[in-house]
Amino acid sequence: MLTLIGVAIVVIGFVLRMNPLLVVTVAGLATGIASGLGPLAVVAAFGKAFITSRYVAIVWLVLPVIGLLEHAGLKERARSVVAGLRAATASRVLLAYFAIRQITAALGLTSLGGHAQMVRPLIAPMAEGAAENQYGELPEPVRHKIRANAAAVDNIALFFGEDIFIAIGSILLIKGFLVQNGIHVEPTQLAFWAIPTALCAFVIHGTRLLLLDRWLRTELARKQSDT
Amino acid sequence: MITLEHIYWLTGLMMAGVAVVNLRDPSNPRRFNNTAFWGIYATTFLIGSHLPDLVNGFLVIGMVLVASIRGLGQGKRESSTREEREASARRWGARLFIPAVTIPLVTVLGTFAFKRVALHGSLLVDVKQVTVISLAIATLIALAVGMAMLRPPLSAPIREARRLLDGVGWAAVLPQMLAALGALFAIAGVGNVVSGLAQRWIPLDNPFVVVLTYAAGMAVFTMIMGNAFAAFPVMTAGIGLPLIVQRFGGDPTIMAAIGMLSGFCGTLMTPMAANFNIVPTALLELPDENAVIKVQIPTALLLLTANILLMNFLVFRR
Repeated sequence: MLTLIGVAIVVIGFVLRMNPLLVVTVAGLATGIASGLGPLAVVAAFGKAFITSRYVAIVWLVLPVIGLLEHAGLKERARSVVAGLRAATASRVLLAYFAIRQITAALGLTSLGGHAQMVRPLIAPMAEGAAENQYGELPEPVRHKIRANAAAVDNIALFFGEDIFIAIGSILLIKGFLVQNGIHVEPTQLAFWAIPTALCAFVIHGTRLLLLDRWLRTELARKQSDT
Repeated sequence: MITLEHIYWLTGLMMAGVAVVNLRDPSNPRRFNNTAFWGIYATTFLIGSHLPDLVNGFLVIGMVLVASIRGLGQGKRESSTREEREASARRWGARLFIPAVTIPLVTVLGTFAFKRVALHGSLLVDVKQVTVISLAIATLIALAVGMAMLRPPLSAPIREARRLLDGVGWAAVLPQMLAALGALFAIAGVGNVVSGLAQRWIPLDNPFVVVLTYAAGMAVFTMIMGNAFAAFPVMTAGIGLPLIVQRFGGDPTIMAAIGMLSGFCGTLMTPMAANFNIVPTALLELPDENAVIKVQIPTALLLLTANILLMNFLVFRR
């Protein structure tokens, strides 16, 4: 049971809104000590795990070029492109990105997206621009809600698209694990049975995206009648 | 051959550049903290592979202390006014999209091409890491295109990287930290304890209850670990294989496919999946760090319900 102390520390730390880096480090060290490692061995294990996880940070290499383009007006340009499309609304922009992201992920093109390289410089400004086009200047909370939705679209479309592609990490992990347990499965079969959930994800989240336009309409109408 | 190590050098150089720009910027009230934080981080990329594990461990602890005791600051936020950027956007027009679109296109092309391209009989890049290496190469090409087109001062890219990276702050390191925590959880056997608890306390003699426990357990355990890949072996060995497959004769393929996707529903609801849920709130400058999770929770819960029903109908079909 003492092994679970790290889980408890993480939950408490996040609830108390302490600095997550500190919480995670303390949780890691506590878990290591609870499992019987000495203090220095725990620090070494943590250092080793941190070093072998460095690949997670490679995405930050996009920042110099994205920053350069933002300085030159990339976000403003993305907004004005959408402003030229009369039919564009925040919901429709996000729904179109959702469909493209899910389909390309299903074809194995999982890198055609991402928060740093697509959502911040292009998708979020486009969705905001479409809403501005309809309603004029947006209040900050509305702006934030549209941006949060843009980030969520990228996640949901990726998660429930990528598993339809046979060579993706999770499919290979499933196959590897089942083989170890003496069960042979075909990656194509695993990918096939990801399709029903993918369709449900598209219907569920697509419907919620369409409701976003309705929320914007009532929210901004209420704001206008207040003033 | 280009390996991950070379990409780490590149990342280390960028982090070192961010540290230097911070050091020379008096408009940031905590500039020495930022310099120390990104400087140590740069060290782990540049020479981390050659340092003893213990030294790396203390470097990480040093970063955490710098970030949590006095905190990191930010320099003067914007490098240009909105009017300047709008004028620049009109001047460059759609050409601004060229470098931005270069990144995903070259990454995807590289992923396919580098598996086949060989020089003097040996491959050009490490095939196991081809996606990450392609991404790094794509950013370099996009940067070259952007520099040739816009002709800014040579220091502009690193100053802009500093602006964005300090905007994200310590959250930039959180995903890597959580990956390290997951590794420690695995060493300590946290998974076995959790599946032991589930088997002891939940009545597992009805097929629907077993499916419900497996799928919901995948989601909850993924929320704790921040990663469905960590939850899958534990829940499948603890509940999926012995009960759904062996006792009730369910189809292992369908169970595993939908089980993993149930875990992904958990990923949408947890701050532990920081790179998907916390980092974007920093990147998009949202005041509430749970803003993305709040948007995702209704979809995640509806989809988890759909997964449980789908698995219940499909897995026992035969």
